[in-house]
Amino acid sequence: MQPTPTTDGGGALPGTPVKAAGPALARPLSRFKGAGPIVALVLLCIAGALLNPGFATFDNLMNVLTRTAFIGIIAVGMTFVIASGGIDLSVGSMAALIAGVMIVAMNALALGASPPSALAIVVIGIGLALAFGAVAGLAHGFLVTHGRIEAFIVTLGTLGIFRAVLTWLSDGGAITLDFNLSETYGPVYYQSVLGVPIPVWIFALVAIAGVVILNRTPFGQHVQAIGSNEQVARYASIRVDRVKTLTYLLLGVCVAIATILYVPRLGSATPTTGILWELEAIAAVVVGGTSLKGGSGRIMGTVVGAILLSVIGNILNLTSIISVYLNAAVQGVVIITVAYLQRGRR
Amino acid sequence: MYSFTLSLNKIAAACLLASAGQAIAAQPAAAQPVTLGVAIPTATHGFTGGIVWWANQAKKELEAANPNLKVIVKTAGSTPEQANQVQDLLVVNKMNALVILPLESASLTQPVAQVKNKGVYVTVVDRGLTSPNAQNAYVAGDNTAFGRLPAEYLAKKLNGKGNIVVLRGMPSTIDNERVNAFNAEIAKHPGIKVLDAKYGNWNRDDAFKVTQDYLTRFKQIDAVWAADDDMAIGALKAIEQAKRTDIKEVFGGAGAKFAVKKVIDGDRLIQANVSYSPKFIYDAIKMTANARLKGETLPAKTIIPSVLITRANASQFYYPNSPY
Repeated sequence: MQPTPTTDGGGALPGTPVKAAGPALARPLSRFKGAGPIVALVLLCIAGALLNPGFATFDNLMNVLTRTAFIGIIAVGMTFVIASGGIDLSVGSMAALIAGVMIVAMNALALGASPPSALAIVVIGIGLALAFGAVAGLAHGFLVTHGRIEAFIVTLGTLGIFRAVLTWLSDGGAITLDFNLSETYGPVYYQSVLGVPIPVWIFALVAIAGVVILNRTPFGQHVQAIGSNEQVARYASIRVDRVKTLTYLLLGVCVAIATILYVPRLGSATPTTGILWELEAIAAVVVGGTSLKGGSGRIMGTVVGAILLSVIGNILNLTSIISVYLNAAVQGVVIITVAYLQRGRR
Repeated sequence: MYSFTLSLNKIAAACLLASAGQAIAAQPAAAQPVTLGVAIPTATHGFTGGIVWWANQAKKELEAANPNLKVIVKTAGSTPEQANQVQDLLVVNKMNALVILPLESASLTQPVAQVKNKGVYVTVVDRGLTSPNAQNAYVAGDNTAFGRLPAEYLAKKLNGKGNIVVLRGMPSTIDNERVNAFNAEIAKHPGIKVLDAKYGNWNRDDAFKVTQDYLTRFKQIDAVWAADDDMAIGALKAIEQAKRTDIKEVFGGAGAKFAVKKVIDGDRLIQANVSYSPKFIYDAIKMTANARLKGETLPAKTIIPSVLITRANASQFYYPNSPY
């Protein structure tokens, strides 16, 4: 049952016995490569602290981690999809549409004839978001596997569909959550437990769940085996279509979780919500050491990658050394440098 | 700069009055059918959402009032798409008047010039073309006042002394024009310091993050010039979260309905705004249609003035049905 990684070598599956050819060398080397993003993150943090004393404060740390939570949670789901050899370009639009649908539904409930309590409405909204994310993910998986359409094309299509529907729902303006509901829902983003904001806790839980599922379950092994070589995985009697569909479903749920945390932040969805989140999530995954071609997934790498991307933005905001026109260039240089430090097999 | 803009406004107003006078004098008997194409950006954020809404509003009102008039509204997400639409409007719909809010100035100048050479009357709105020969008339909001009025207001509110942080829009000529006008006015008040100006991209989320980081970085901030109402929302939330009480004013801009509502309600942080309503597309369509129906032309340049909105006049700028 245990899939054997195929000829392209080097990319040992985490948690599986390393295959015979050159394990002694490959193992420590890949360990070292896995440290790339962490080294980069530490260096960036030192630079940040030197540039501005405000950087190293607890409040700033929490700000950065909280804002990373959205992209980070999505990126954890994205790691599964990419590790299985797929891609999802629609996550930003999906998040925006889930936010919009959720707000419209909650407002409708609140303004209805006999409205349930605000708390009940928020719980219903959260349930609706999760269901929506799961169904959207399932649809992606189904179109990719049974429809035999490239994941790139399927999700490029839904990227447009999701955002267009949101724009239509909002008349091109903003969909804003009812004020009383915002009051009830707000703490989900703004409240802290033991000094740490709720989104950071959820982010940590999602990351841990991701590590366990990817590295400690047969499903996780199958995901990476499929990404490594789909044909061989088929011969190993892995149910490829089902596993692939499940990765999209998982990602859809992750997008929904991220959205559930996002909505109470500003209490609104607009056609600019979630723009380019897909690229940030994909960048976090790749910077974290997961190959864009599939095969080996590294959840912790993804988490560090996501934090790294936020830290760059944070440092650039905390200093004014570099022309604001060049912010994106600095980000690009760091992304490419880290990806270079961490390049694995091609 | 100040007097220049003012005099421009006066000229524009005078021209408008003059053309209105002519309109009354003109004989309606000369009415000719007008097919008016409207090419505007797709609704991708609050402001363009407002543009699309106001354009459709103009279509509805004008077509109901004039059986001789047909208005076709096309929205485009990219420059090439808009260029294609302009061509289709000419070839397929046989339009004889065009109101266009170009997505990009330089790349649309040629396509629009070609349409104009075929006899279509062209009114350009907001973002100008690179060659004025490609247009018959130009209608725009006043970006200089958009930057200058908040600076004047904040300087007065802070009694000429304090720290301001700035959220810019997206790197563009419009943004530069506004920020330069703001800085020029602030420079007259040596007691006021602009601590930093970063891009919030006319986006709530980006504005939230940038403001959070400003709040970490600067211990004393007296006012935020958010330069746009969408960005003001993000800034407000970040200030609320940080529980900072040093900030006395968050000045947005463009007169979004929720912001104007806050001004009317006497919000603690949003007490004033500056008008730059997407309604100018409505004005431009209406002016062009009415003039063309009578076979007249518009003044070459019309600037829709940006006005300081305070509690005293806010109700005139409140459009609760518009999405913006």
